Amino acid sequence: MEKFNTLTGIAAPMPLINIDTDMIIPKQFLKTIKRSGLGVNLFDEMRYDDDRNEIPTFVLNQDAYRDAQIIIAGDNFGCGSSREHAPWAIADFGITCVIAPSFADIFYNNCFKNGILPIALPQEQIDVLMKDAEKGANARMTVDIEEQTVTTSDGEVFKFEVDTFKKHCLMQGLDDIGLTMEKSASIDTFEAAAQTQRPWV
Amino acid sequence: MSPKTLYDKIWDAHLAHEADDGTCLLYIDRHLVHEVTSPQAFEGLRMSGRKVRAPEKTIAVPDHNVPTTLDRADATTMTEDSRIQVNALDTNAKEFGIHYYPVSDVRQGIVHIVGPEQGWTLPGMTVVCGDSHTATHGAFGSLAHGIGTSEVEHVLATQTLIQKKSKNMKVEITGKLAHGVTAKDITMAVIGKTGTAGGTGYVIEYCGEAIRELSMEGRMTVCNMAIEGGARAGLIAPDEKTFEYCMGRPHAPKGAQWEAALTWWKTLFSDEDAYWDEILVIKAEDIAPLVTWGTSPEDVLPITALVPSADSFTGGKVEAAQRALDYMGLKAGQPLSEVEIDTVFIGSCTNGRIEDLRAAAEILKGKKVKDGIRAMIVPGSGLVRAQAEEEGLADIFKDAGFEWRLAGCSMCLAMNPDQLAPAERCAATSNRNFEGRQGRGGRTHLMSPGMAAAAAITGKLTDVREMM
Ligand code: SF4
Repeated sequence: MEKFNTLTGIAAPMPLINIDTDMIIPKQFLKTIKRSGLGVNLFDEMRYDDDRNEIPTFVLNQDAYRDAQIIIAGDNFGCGSSREHAPWAIADFGITCVIAPSFADIFYNNCFKNGILPIALPQEQIDVLMKDAEKGANARMTVDIEEQTVTTSDGEVFKFEVDTFKKHCLMQGLDDIGLTMEKSASIDTFEAAAQTQRPWV
Repeated sequence: MSPKTLYDKIWDAHLAHEADDGTCLLYIDRHLVHEVTSPQAFEGLRMSGRKVRAPEKTIAVPDHNVPTTLDRADATTMTEDSRIQVNALDTNAKEFGIHYYPVSDVRQGIVHIVGPEQGWTLPGMTVVCGDSHTATHGAFGSLAHGIGTSEVEHVLATQTLIQKKSKNMKVEITGKLAHGVTAKDITMAVIGKTGTAGGTGYVIEYCGEAIRELSMEGRMTVCNMAIEGGARAGLIAPDEKTFEYCMGRPHAPKGAQWEAALTWWKTLFSDEDAYWDEILVIKAEDIAPLVTWGTSPEDVLPITALVPSADSFTGGKVEAAQRALDYMGLKAGQPLSEVEIDTVFIGSCTNGRIEDLRAAAEILKGKKVKDGIRAMIVPGSGLVRAQAEEEGLADIFKDAGFEWRLAGCSMCLAMNPDQLAPAERCAATSNRNFEGRQGRGGRTHLMSPGMAAAAAITGKLTDVREMM
C-alpha cells in the first residue's frame, strides 16, 4: 500500500447526503476478480448516460475536477454494502481523501485498507470546504495526516480526528495482516482456551 | 461484577488481544464467504503464501451471481464474468479446504439463510461475512457483521478481526403488533425513526414484547436491516425459541456438548441495570404496514400516507428528497396506495424464508396476479424451496401466476439476469431501495411479503389489511 503523508490537490464538491455504495460503484462492476481498473466506473450511473457518454453536469466530468484527489461530500458517505470495490474505485480514480460530516462504518474502515483517508468534520466546516471546492482547479486544499489538519486554499485550517493505529498504518503503508500475525501467540492461546470453554464452536 | 449488555458479554468472550491504544483482536467463530467479495481475498492469500487459519470455521456458498431460473444447470445461463466469479469460489473452496455448498447442492442459497439453516450460526458466536447483511445472524444472539474484502483476507489468514468496541443501543418494541403488521414493518419503522445513519457507531439490541413474540424467521428479518440504520450489528438475546430452532441442525452441537452450550447460552442476555449509550422505545401498536417512497431505507411511510413533499424535510434531506421523488417518478401529495407497480419480487435474505413464503401464500391463495404484472418468488435456499413445495405453497404461487424460482439473491441486487428496466416499478421484499439497486433506473418500494403479495393482485401498492 502507498504511504499517505501530505496531500495537496483539487477537491471535488459533491453536496449530496447518503452517497451510497451503489452510487459509488454499481453492482455490474462487482464481477471483477481483481482490485484494479474500477476507476473508470466510479459513480458510473451519475457519470455516464445510457449511451456511455459523459453527463457534463456531473462534477468529475468537468475539466476543473478531472484530476480531483479529494471529495467533499454530505452526511453518511459510503452507506450501504460492504463492497470494498467502492474504495477500490475511488483510489483507482486517483482520490485518496474523502471529507464528509459522517461516514458509514464499513466503508470508513475499508478506506484505511486502501490508502484512502476519510475525514469527518462538523457540518459548518464542511460548508466552508464545499465553498472552497466549488472554486475549481485553482483552489487546492492540503491534507496533512501527521498534523491532522485540512487547509483550504485561503489558508483556513481545520483539525480532524483519526484513530492512532489507523493513522500509523496509513502513514507507513502497513499491511495489517502482517501486524496481526506477529500476535499469533495470543491467538493460539485464546483458541486453545476457547476450545475447552466452548468446544462446540 | 459490573452489569453487562449482551454485546459486552459476547465481546469479552472473544477478545484475543488488546493493545494499549484499545485496538482489539476479536476472535471469529464463523466466517461466511460468497463469490463477490472473496476472490481478491483468496488471491491475496495466494500471493503472500498464507493459508486459511481455520478452514473448519469457514463456509462458502455462491449466491449473488447465480441465476435463479430452472435451467441454471446449463452454464450458459450465466454471463461470462459471473461464471468466472462462481468458478473462482469453486476453486478457492477446494484449494483452501473450506466447507462449500455448490450451486448444484440442494442446500445452496443466500449465505445468510444457509448459515442459520445448517446450524453454523449459534448463540454467542462471532460471525462475519464480506456482506453487510451479515447482521441477520444477530437474531441468534451472535455478534454478526459485514466486513470488506481486506478484512475477509484478514479473517481467513488470522481468524481474527481488528476492532474497536462500539457503543450500546437498546431498541425496545413494547406491546403487541397489530393485525397485518410484521417483523419487516418493525425494522423499517426503526430505520424511519433513527435514519440511515442513526445507528452508526452502535450495536443495537432489539428487545421488548413484540420482539420476543417473533419467530426466529421474523427476528432474522429485524436484524437483517440493522445495517440499513447504520449499526455495526443487530442483536436479539437468545431464548427457548432460539434453542429450539438450533436443536438438531446439522452443525449444531449434540449430546453433552449441546447441554454445555445450552448452559452458556442461557447466560446471554443484557443484565438488568446494564449501561446503554442510547435507548429507543417504540410502541408496537403504533406501527402500521409500511412502504418506502424514496431511495433510502429511511424513506418509510404507512401505506395509508401520502407521498411527502421535499420541503417537508430539513437540511440536506430537502435536496435528497427532491432527487428521490424525481427518480421514483412520484408527486408530492399522491396517495401511496394509488401508486401502480410493474413488478413484484418476493425473496432476499430479508424475506426469503419459509415464514415469508407462508405469509405471501396466505394472501395469494385462490387469487391471480393482475394482468401485465411480472411477479416472481425466489426462495432463500434450496431447502426453503423444498419445504414450500411440500407445504403446497409453490402450487398457490404458480396458480396465482408467480414465477417460482431456484434460490439466490436474484433481483435484490440484480447481479444475475433478474433486473428491472429503467423506470420499471417494483414492490420488493428486499432491503435496499437505492438508485439502480434492482437495475439501472429501476424504482424499488420496500415492504413485507404480505404487502408485496397484495400489490401483485391489485397492481398497485396496497394495504395488506384489506386483503386479510
Ligand atoms: S439477498 Fe440481497 S441483501 Fe441479501 S445477501 Fe443477497 S444481495 Fe445481499
